[in-house]
Amino acid sequence: MIRAAAGLPWGPMARMAGRRLLAAVPVLAAVTFGVFAVAAASPFDPARAYAGSAGLGARQDVLDQLRDNLGADRPFTARWWDWLTSALTGDLGTSAALRQPVAQVIGERIGWSVLLCGIAFALAVTAGTVLGVLAARRRGGLFDRAVTSLAYALEAAPPFWLGLLAIWLFSLKLGALPAGGLTDTGSDVATPGQVASHVVLPAAVLAVSQLPWFVLYVRQGVGDALEEDPVRGARARGLRERTVLLGHALRSGLLPVLTLIGSRVPELITGALLVETVFSWPGIASATVEAATKVDFPLLAALTVLATAAVLVGNLLSDLLYGLADPRVGFDG
Amino acid sequence: MADPRTRTRMADPRTRTRPRTRTRVSAAVTAAVVLAVLVVPFAVPLDEQAVDLAAKLRPPSWDHPFGTDEVGRDLLPRSVYGLRVSLFVGVAAALAATVIGTAVGAVAGALGGWADRVLMRLVDLFSSVPHLLLGIFVVTMFRPGVWPVVASVVVTHWLSTARIVRAEVLSLRSRPYIDAAVSGGASRWRVTVRHLLPAVLPQAGLAAVLMIPHAIWHESALSFLGLGLPTHQASLGNMVQSARGSLLAGDWWPTLFPGLFIIVPTLAVAGLAGAWRERLNPRRRSELSL
Repeated sequence: MIRAAAGLPWGPMARMAGRRLLAAVPVLAAVTFGVFAVAAASPFDPARAYAGSAGLGARQDVLDQLRDNLGADRPFTARWWDWLTSALTGDLGTSAALRQPVAQVIGERIGWSVLLCGIAFALAVTAGTVLGVLAARRRGGLFDRAVTSLAYALEAAPPFWLGLLAIWLFSLKLGALPAGGLTDTGSDVATPGQVASHVVLPAAVLAVSQLPWFVLYVRQGVGDALEEDPVRGARARGLRERTVLLGHALRSGLLPVLTLIGSRVPELITGALLVETVFSWPGIASATVEAATKVDFPLLAALTVLATAAVLVGNLLSDLLYGLADPRVGFDG
Repeated sequence: MADPRTRTRMADPRTRTRPRTRTRVSAAVTAAVVLAVLVVPFAVPLDEQAVDLAAKLRPPSWDHPFGTDEVGRDLLPRSVYGLRVSLFVGVAAALAATVIGTAVGAVAGALGGWADRVLMRLVDLFSSVPHLLLGIFVVTMFRPGVWPVVASVVVTHWLSTARIVRAEVLSLRSRPYIDAAVSGGASRWRVTVRHLLPAVLPQAGLAAVLMIPHAIWHESALSFLGLGLPTHQASLGNMVQSARGSLLAGDWWPTLFPGLFIIVPTLAVAGLAGAWRERLNPRRRSELSL
């Protein structure tokens, strides 16, 4: 294991990561700028949003005072620059909807989202590989057609709909699993046992929503690999079908899939936005939806930028894995 | 990815009917959807808003094939109307996104140079924000209403068309008939409009058709989150959202059927688009294309 790690091209990989980090700075700056520009172009009023329902009956001079205090009348470029400079010092503003500093919201919630997405992703990769290999073994066969059709249907199904049906079946009809939240009602402390039972359903639904892509790509990769010369050679040498399938076809067919995993981050975030909301999971994605429904600009802006950063990290991971899997590609990008 | 096995199977008389059956079923479902959405509201005097509190939350039966919702509205006409609303958003968004994407892709591909670099960086920038999140942001700032939802779908969906059209234009630029047009003295504008764009349109059209189910998916997700269409416009997502209460009370049908109305047309359109793509380019596999 240590020798394998030592054999990796750490230097080129680090240089690539550094280049990408530099390239990410203008992207993130542009995204924050765009966020402020869109907000400035929209009918959104920071003073009214800050005041909330109290602002509905407020006198105009009070609102003007508030607007002045918030600096809402200054051009959006100036507000953007202020936000950016204070964000670099760790101050992301205050969330009006959750009455907390934005940085604290992120810190408290991001762990739960990472837990949920990590479990779901691992489940999706495992189940997708198994189903994809079994389907690729006999392309056009009954099992293959069943799996492929199911994959297309699941790809078309909205995750929130799957989540609601899962709640109906597993929580209401079977009574096997809790319907949402992080802990049982009436309990404030998140014990590992409670979290484990509460994470099953949302993680499974999120995994199912990511599954079709993995199944179809593994099936394609392994199926194509089964047509290639090394597999024909292995069969000609009289190796067992199992060895051919798992040792040869799976290994070469899975590589392109593994390298694409990083590029699935946007879809994972999309799924998490819906699944966390359905299951009232106290993660960062459900906070995003809450920020949106309550028009909480500071929180929504920070979370949008955070999601963009996650996508960029995913892309970098994907390219690093690609370079590792296929040395001809290298780390020049 | 040419797969010799698929090609031989196409010629195999035993299995040759399979793609045709799928295409036929897809065409029939698509036709039924279009008919239901365009004709039924005018031809059949059904009131999808008709409230009947005496018949609330009835399970599916002969009178109400999809059952009734929490205020006794029949879910079958409601789902048809919901699909109508969703389809309107989907088609409007797909049209606008295709026009923008084709324009950006054609300009980037035809001009090349710094214009190409700037436009493609812009596409990269937009695609580095997760689509649903970008949509949520746009809707939050401009809601409520139909047009913010359409705009949020357009903002996130023109990217793939722009990439497809640009790639197609780049590959067309080196064709002899373009060289012939250029050496015949045609201006850059004329080459783009008369020679490049018409050749790109089939691809852009295919992308537009495939975009409609995507847009419906996007719209229903936004509506479900309470950020999409106003609640009085019963889109499919709004229906699932308002069915949440009855689902937690154990009544599954108000949730199930609107969802099926999203899935079935999506599969039908994907099936048709697959057949179309095989026709355009029989060597390219039509899988992995949803």
